[in-house]
Amino acid sequence: MKLAFDIALRFLKSSKGQTALIVLGIAIGVSVQIFIGSLITGLQKSLVDKTVGSAPQITVSPQEDGAYILDSQAEAKTIKATNPEEIKNLVAVTQGPAILNTADESATILLRGFDWKAAQGIYKISDRIVKGELATNDNEIIIGEDFAKNLNLSVGDTIELITPARKTGKFLITGIFDLQVKSLNESWILSNDRAVQEFLETGEGVSQIEMQVNDVFAADEVAGEIEKRLNEDTLVVTNWKEENAALLSGLSGQTASSLMIQVFVMISVVLGIASVLAISVVQKSKQIGILKAMGMHNPKASLVFLFQGFLLGVLGALVGVGLGIGLSWSFATFVTNPDGSSLVPFFIDWSFIGISAGIAVAASTLAALIPAIRVSRLDPMEVIKNG
Amino acid sequence: MDNYVVEVKGVNKVYGKTIKTVALHNLNLGFKTGSFNAIIGESGSGKSTLLNILGTLDRPTKGDVIINGVSTKNMSKGRLSDLRNETLGFVFQFHYLLPEFTALENVLMPYRIANGKAGKKSRDRAREILNLVGLEKVENNLATNMSGGQQQRTAIARALMNQPKIILADEPTGNLDSQTTDSIYQLFRKINQELGTTFIIITHDRRVAEKADRIVEILDGRISLDIVK
Repeated sequence: MKLAFDIALRFLKSSKGQTALIVLGIAIGVSVQIFIGSLITGLQKSLVDKTVGSAPQITVSPQEDGAYILDSQAEAKTIKATNPEEIKNLVAVTQGPAILNTADESATILLRGFDWKAAQGIYKISDRIVKGELATNDNEIIIGEDFAKNLNLSVGDTIELITPARKTGKFLITGIFDLQVKSLNESWILSNDRAVQEFLETGEGVSQIEMQVNDVFAADEVAGEIEKRLNEDTLVVTNWKEENAALLSGLSGQTASSLMIQVFVMISVVLGIASVLAISVVQKSKQIGILKAMGMHNPKASLVFLFQGFLLGVLGALVGVGLGIGLSWSFATFVTNPDGSSLVPFFIDWSFIGISAGIAVAASTLAALIPAIRVSRLDPMEVIKNG
Repeated sequence: MDNYVVEVKGVNKVYGKTIKTVALHNLNLGFKTGSFNAIIGESGSGKSTLLNILGTLDRPTKGDVIINGVSTKNMSKGRLSDLRNETLGFVFQFHYLLPEFTALENVLMPYRIANGKAGKKSRDRAREILNLVGLEKVENNLATNMSGGQQQRTAIARALMNQPKIILADEPTGNLDSQTTDSIYQLFRKINQELGTTFIIITHDRRVAEKADRIVEILDGRISLDIVK
């Protein structure tokens, strides 16, 4: 083993140019793999984060329209207990439609109330207030940026809301928010839980319990667990995955295509190594012949070439990982949106990189198999006869 | 029974399948332990074929090669490799050193093939042999950084590394000038006398052959002359 390894190392060292060329070939293959893999993963992460990062990922609501969850605190506790490691940012929301009347027009809005502190986890409202402050007292609300623009409202104005039950109430606008989704900015009016519960006359009841999970892609599984745990026919559990099937199929299509690219890159790397090593068998046939004449067994002679493949793979993978990370970083740093933020965030998944490097090493060793078999068939007589 | 270290019995060698060329005709020949033998003959006479068969690098079409009293007929490739490594040393017309390794490392190669790692003891032995062939000063030179004579002497040192019973040499000085040739034959003789190694040397050079204890001439695959001094 040791001798075969030493000879392999010496062979690689003696033809530095050739070695550098193969290493570069493998490195480029690995770096492209890492770059594309990281790019796609980063892209998907940011896409998912933008889509559901600031939205509830699992929602528990009553089966019946207009019904309320009465003991929301107890339910929230049960929900959290289902999977305490995954479930986070639980918030109870009381909501209902209302009509807003101004002097010249009226609009239908969704009035939502929650505990500001609890809602911070999902909605990060306090970071999204663009003017004024949160509505902490009764009869205070905050409205969306687009809504304010449409109706020409500003902080300090008072508006009148009418519930479907014809109850009216006057509310002071204390702030304007921007949730970065136009439809929400146009239709949501937010307030604290008490104010909304009182206006909509729900008593202690809430409309739904919203939450997020640590692994967004496990939302459906966690939702299933919650459903089992609650075991109540009156409640339904929904998750973002069932509501965003199109996005998910897009993501899986992207993953599949990136996988295809990676597979073909690897195949070309393997072919490259196999052909260069095959040439090197011819170049080194004298050495192999004399080693065999001196008593080296066939498997050991083959091992010399397998070790060469392995060493080339390790070197190529190391250089490739460096190159790939560098490439991803440069892309994230220099390819930016007009506002200066990176188009695709820099994302490193070490386990993915480890797998890529591992595959490269395995593939390089495997590529050396064909030359290794040729070596085991080489007859020392051929070399000695032909000089 | 003669005390032969290596012996061929009824050896035939035929090349080619459709057009058959007979290289050796029913050869019977044995070499005594510690003897110094020369094989001469025209090119194409079959002497190299004989040497390769003696060295188990080539298998006879018919007949048997007996080395150290053991028939090699039914030995596996692996067993033959071990036999070559332990019992035989080769010196070819072209030195066939590994250019990627230094003189010392080349000399150590047969030992490492058998044992994997070379310890201090084996390194010392390799240096001793290099000393014997007068190469102590260039032991750390790469094979490519030595003169032709030095390379050939390194190859001889390599052949001696595993203390083989037999050294098979095929035109070992074919590429060297007469002065170097002389010094190499003196070296062979010295090793033969000091270590008792059997030498079987193919040569063109009658002058060289005359220094041997025994001269065997091969003509058209047959022994035409066998002189023991």
